[in-house]
Amino acid sequence: MYASLWRVLPGPVWVRIIILFVLLVAVLFALVTWVFPWVDLIITPQDVTVKN
Amino acid sequence: MTEQHTGEPAAKRPRSRGRKPRRPVSVVGVLGELLITAGVIVLLFLGWQLWFNDIISENQQSNQASGLAQSWALPSAAATATPAPSKTAKPHTEPSTAKPVVGKAPGNAEKFGVLMVPRWGKDWERPIAEGIGVADVLNTIGVGHYPGTQMPGAVGNFAIAAHRLAYGHGFRDVNKLRVGDHIYVETKDGWYSYVFRSLEYVLPTGVGVIDPVPQEPGVKPKDRLITLTTCNPFYSTAERMVAYGVFDGWYPRADGPPTEIASAVAARSS
Repeated sequence: MYASLWRVLPGPVWVRIIILFVLLVAVLFALVTWVFPWVDLIITPQDVTVKN
Repeated sequence: MTEQHTGEPAAKRPRSRGRKPRRPVSVVGVLGELLITAGVIVLLFLGWQLWFNDIISENQQSNQASGLAQSWALPSAAATATPAPSKTAKPHTEPSTAKPVVGKAPGNAEKFGVLMVPRWGKDWERPIAEGIGVADVLNTIGVGHYPGTQMPGAVGNFAIAAHRLAYGHGFRDVNKLRVGDHIYVETKDGWYSYVFRSLEYVLPTGVGVIDPVPQEPGVKPKDRLITLTTCNPFYSTAERMVAYGVFDGWYPRADGPPTEIASAVAARSS
């Protein structure tokens, strides 16, 4: 899977490394900004209040 | 690995010089890579939840608190603060003898107070908002006021809740409070001082702790109390840890803050 991604990327090795780095940063940003907060609301019990 | 031995390695070698021979994409290989990726994402999530987002929330909530408190600062005090900061807002050791001013409960998720607990840090402060919604108050603002319970300084019970872990962990150290520790609530009117009295552990259904007289439903209150609720034990929501405090005085804004938090209050404007 990742090997195929490496082959699909254009350019010499250093260009591919830069592209991969940018992709990685984009993925991390998306995770932290949207995915993690959304998952957290669903899976983490966050109740700190008393209620019936 | 086996496919490499099946071809004719001697004949192929010159053509693929400098490049490794392509291995065919196998289902198991892709599955393995997906599983490794999933594992890394789970670890990232934990790091985000327990560390990264916690620190960000803590800073945001702390900044919200000091920003809110600064918006209440008296204009005269702010004006004289620049030439002689030591003289302004003279810390009063004695609370006012007047009856505490009791504000009106604001709308949901509206910030109306700042909580200061010296036991948790000299300049520890968090904003208090109306309501106990997870997404709109507890995760983002920090401390939430149980709707329907009394406001600071009122006869009855001023009940608030906050996270024990993650999202700024407002009430992480509730169990470190000692009898005699002060819990200060600042509003636009001044500072309400409470003294910590005791801890109690209840089940999540133990709503009696936020009654005007805790655990005595229907009884008419005479005392002015504060109740802090959070989850217990760590990493669990099986129980609630509850801290009670008793009102011991109020400091109108014009008189300046209580001595114990005077330096923290003065440090905000600098």
